[in-house]
Amino acid sequence: MKLLLKIFFSLTFLTFYSSANADTIKWLHLFGEDSSQYPNMVRAAEEFEAKTGHTVVMQYLENESFKAKLPTMLQSNDRPDIFYSWSGGVMYDQAKAGFLRDISDVVPDSYLDTVSAAAADAFTFEGQRVGLPLQVSQVAWWYNKDLINQAGVDVSNIKEWDDLISAVKQIQAAGITPICMGGKDKWPVHFLWTHLHIRNGGKDLFLESLNNGGWDRPEYLKSGEQMLELVALEPFQKGFLAHTWPDQAGFFGDGKCAMALMGNWMYGSQKSNSASGEGLGDDNMGMFNMPMTSGGLGDAGDTLGGINGWLFSSSAPDSAVEFMMHYVSLDIQKEDAANGAYIPIVKGADVSLTNPFLQQVAQNISNSEYHQIFYDQFLGADIGRVVNDVSTDLAAGIITPEEATQAVQEAWEFNQ
Amino acid sequence: MRSAKLDALLSRYYTIIIFLIPALTIFTLFVVLPIGEAAYYSFFRWNGYGAPEKFVGFKNYEFLFKNRVFILSLKNNFYIIAISLFVQLPFALLIALMISDKLRGAAFFRTIFFLPFILAEIVTALIWAYIYDGNYGLVAAIWGFFGAEAPFVLGDKDWALVAILIVIFWKFFGIHMMIYIAGLQAISKEVLEAAKVDGAGPITTAFRIKIPMLIPTIKLSVFLSLLGSLQLFDIIMPLTGGGPSNVTHSMVSYLYYFGVMRMKVGFGSAVGVVIFLICLFIAIGYQRTLMRDDNENKF
Repeated sequence: MKLLLKIFFSLTFLTFYSSANADTIKWLHLFGEDSSQYPNMVRAAEEFEAKTGHTVVMQYLENESFKAKLPTMLQSNDRPDIFYSWSGGVMYDQAKAGFLRDISDVVPDSYLDTVSAAAADAFTFEGQRVGLPLQVSQVAWWYNKDLINQAGVDVSNIKEWDDLISAVKQIQAAGITPICMGGKDKWPVHFLWTHLHIRNGGKDLFLESLNNGGWDRPEYLKSGEQMLELVALEPFQKGFLAHTWPDQAGFFGDGKCAMALMGNWMYGSQKSNSASGEGLGDDNMGMFNMPMTSGGLGDAGDTLGGINGWLFSSSAPDSAVEFMMHYVSLDIQKEDAANGAYIPIVKGADVSLTNPFLQQVAQNISNSEYHQIFYDQFLGADIGRVVNDVSTDLAAGIITPEEATQAVQEAWEFNQ
Repeated sequence: MRSAKLDALLSRYYTIIIFLIPALTIFTLFVVLPIGEAAYYSFFRWNGYGAPEKFVGFKNYEFLFKNRVFILSLKNNFYIIAISLFVQLPFALLIALMISDKLRGAAFFRTIFFLPFILAEIVTALIWAYIYDGNYGLVAAIWGFFGAEAPFVLGDKDWALVAILIVIFWKFFGIHMMIYIAGLQAISKEVLEAAKVDGAGPITTAFRIKIPMLIPTIKLSVFLSLLGSLQLFDIIMPLTGGGPSNVTHSMVSYLYYFGVMRMKVGFGSAVGVVIFLICLFIAIGYQRTLMRDDNENKF
């Protein structure tokens, strides 16, 4: 009887001990089951569970819901341990308020040596490492080769903004809608205005405005004027203000318009959102960088895009960081790169990129001396959304370039 | 020695107090405290993370009343109220007068007209977003039938609000019709028969007997419609999200987009306080004026 009791207590203790040491890691992401990186996310979770005995719980939220829900979630007891981030201003706000964990002690230098230093730096705040990068992206003009050829446009001649305007006129003259735009979601429109900012103002003016204000300077007014020049041609599909980003991707994939200014995720999204599910084939699609503007202070090689990754909430266990280091690793990134899921940040993984578009983007970013993170993320939720609003208002033709830049300057002052 | 009368009075108050405690606790916890908290936060610049520290006085309110979009959303709420009161309610009353009698087919029409109200507001808005779609929707089909190119009403800043008002009308007139039908059925049959004997036709009966006797019901329906219009949110979100160019916001969707989504909790609280004061003003004003006679009858 005594022996039985001993066994019983030992077993109970063992069960308790092992379960007390097994963490449940809550991982909040925004990749649907049909996205190309999802299979490897599941694989990484399963491998990690088998190796360590911890449990990884994956939680999915759609992009817009994710952004809306996260602030509340982070302050509740139900907060995720790991969640997606575009780095930049929103991340700084979260870090300043103490909602992120400093993981410097958990991430060894040997791991950091394996990832791109610039990408890893994007996930630091005041010397603290608060997250790990996953991928980089770039916004560029995508075009439908058939339609562009039909209109007789040669994209290799689009070097300056005026060339783009001429191309739009030419496409329109051929009876084709020049540009697909998801105006309801607003952020697709802000790429247009802010990429012009990058061309007109360059890195120095951006940093100057960020630190000392001056979002209403002449260089930025010029972006508004250039945008209105384009808008006056009515280049977007009819009803573009009622269309969302998935609509935009679908229209492009269905060949309903010739071009779209979008991040490299357009490649997969135009397929999944098209009516056929096939979208445009690789041979019918092309990409070119945002053209320069005459007299612009930026460099033609400067890029707009993202450095996205994963943040750790203040209560995340060490195992969450260990899991992420397992996921963001050469093996998985190589495979994801080969599948065309994204542009990896682990050194040596980009050689697996077989997709010509992603290869080109990876090349652009590595050649770029100034990779500006999306304005609506980098400037924080407040100023970022003002930028989205005024960009859309410019596209709708209801505000002047002065009003647009003034609104951003006011939002910046309001936040000082 | 206490008199028996005093004892009776005290015991009556004890009962009231004992019954009041649970309700008062819940009301204080979930209504009074949050309002007080919102009022407090509205004096801070605060992004919702950590504790509010940056005191800004009335700056949030100042910014709010100078903000073009907020003024526009106030106006939109005014339009919604106007359409509800002057178009929706009279129409609901007309239909109620037509189908309140126990005629053949009346129950069928009642169900049909009431159906939109049963749908969740989000579902309603999503259905109408498809209807309004200029490529594939019903609007596109109708325009296409006449060989015309369909408009994208939800993306048109002149028409988007009209489109939303149509959905509101469609969705909510059914409930007001039901309220009127209930009121009409409560009218004594004797009165109606007496009128008939006196030679009153259906129109005279409607205007001289039914509508005057329905006044308390109408007042209630006006009140519900007023408050419902001020709270409007979930129909706007899927239809336009306040767009295009922020021309279709209601005060509540404005609060969501400019307070919650932008992580300006202090500013959002100021919007909340203003909405609360407007609702309170209307509710008290309404009770004190239009509902006064009914209240006096009751108490």
